[in-house]
Parts: sequence; structure tokens; C-alpha cells
Amino acid sequence: MVDFELVAFPPSDHPEPGDRAPDFTRPLVTDEYWEDRTLSALAAESGGVCLLFYPLNWGGKSRYWWGEIQDRGWPVEEPAVVGVGISQPFDHRRFADFLDLSYPLYSDPGNDVARAYDIVHDLDGMEGIEEPRPAVFVVDEELLVEYAWVAEEWPQSPPFDEVEAAME
Amino acid sequence: MSDEDTPADGPELTLYRLHGCPYCERVVRRLDRYGLSARSRFVAGEHSTRDAVAREAGTRSVPVLIDHDRGVTMPESGRIVEYLDRTYGEGA
Repeated sequence: MVDFELVAFPPSDHPEPGDRAPDFTRPLVTDEYWEDRTLSALAAESGGVCLLFYPLNWGGKSRYWWGEIQDRGWPVEEPAVVGVGISQPFDHRRFADFLDLSYPLYSDPGNDVARAYDIVHDLDGMEGIEEPRPAVFVVDEELLVEYAWVAEEWPQSPPFDEVEAAME
Repeated sequence: MSDEDTPADGPELTLYRLHGCPYCERVVRRLDRYGLSARSRFVAGEHSTRDAVAREAGTRSVPVLIDHDRGVTMPESGRIVEYLDRTYGEGA
């Protein structure tokens, strides 16, 4: 680990266990096409969703996180593991191809989903670009939050073991 | 697939399309004219990645329109436009 202080994120009013997660509709990019998908419909059909807000496609964090999740064989149903990132759909498509990713990715270039969850990360030194703060929400079929993790420092990786336990 | 995202009234339609494809936009304009709303599924440029379209329609070209209630799956914008005119147009 590094022996200097990381950048601390400010406090966040993000959804906590027992809260209902904000619903949203965004293009969901799968290996065959993308279409507008509403989170509540996806959760109802998939027996819950594990929503992973992750940093910029192609960066070390996104590649490592998704590689780790692939290796761990996280589920595609009950709950469905799904990413949220700011790339436009063609880029999500390429990124998923590159990683041979089994999980669909929501495309949210305006970062408004992160805003609704109060986890906006305004990227220092990149004027006009923001992304979600690293975060994981496990929700049930009715969007009730069962587990929430939101990074308190940048960069901080999700607690993979803890998330895995929460999904069981 | 989900019914939640589909409008309650009107036929259930799915349009496979490509961003910036004029043939696809031609179909969209005709759907608009008849007040029809379709679920849009966007494919990528590479034909090799269009397995969903190939499964549904036996072709990897878009646009492809699927009219679920009538059991119609149709490629080629010219044919689709004629079909829409015939089925949902003023004379239909």
C-alpha cells in the first residue's frame, strides 16, 4: 500500500441499505446490441441487480476491476452484475469486447445516474469531465438496497469479498 | 424480454438499427408519421457482432423491423416502409 494520504471524497448522501435505489433508464450495452433499459425492469426480471459504478474505460482501475470480477465469476442473474460508466455505447462495446466481458454496461455520458445516487466524482485536471465515484449497490427485485459501498478515497477498489458475500 | 419498457397501447415493435444509418432513419420517420413507437436496439458497425439480428432475421443487415403481434420480421428499409404503409397507413 502507499504510505501517503489518498484524496478523501466529501461526505455523500448516497442510498443506504433499506432505502429504495433511484430508478433510471439508460442504454444498456450487451454483447449484441444496446437498448434503453430501466433499472427497475432489469431488477424485476433478473432477481436483483449488483450495480457497479466504475472509473473510465481503459484505465487501469476499470480493466483490473472487471478482470477481477470475471475471474471470480460473479453472477449474471440473481443478482445481475451490471456496470455504470460514462462512455458512449460504441466505446462500452469495444471495451467489453477487449475484456471478453460477460456483464452488460450502462452508458451514462452525462453522469446523471451518479448524480441521482450522489456519487459524482469531478475529475481533477480534466475540465468538463466527471465520472461516478467508485461504488457498488446490491438491490433486490424492487430496488430495495441490500448492500452499499461507496469509495471514501480516490482511488479505492471495491471490497470484492464483501460484495460477493452480500450477493449470496 | 421485458414488457415494462413497451408502451401499453399500439403494436409491439422492435427496430434493429445503426447509429447514423440513413436507411434506419427512413424507417424511424415512417414510424413517427403513423404515431408508432418501437423499441430501438442499436447494433455496432461490425457485421460479425450482429448475432442477435442474424438469429431474428436471417440477415446481418439493418434496419430490421419486428412486428411482434403480427409475427412479421422484415429487413430492408424499402420493404419495411411499404409494410408500414400497407399495415398502418391511411388506407389500412
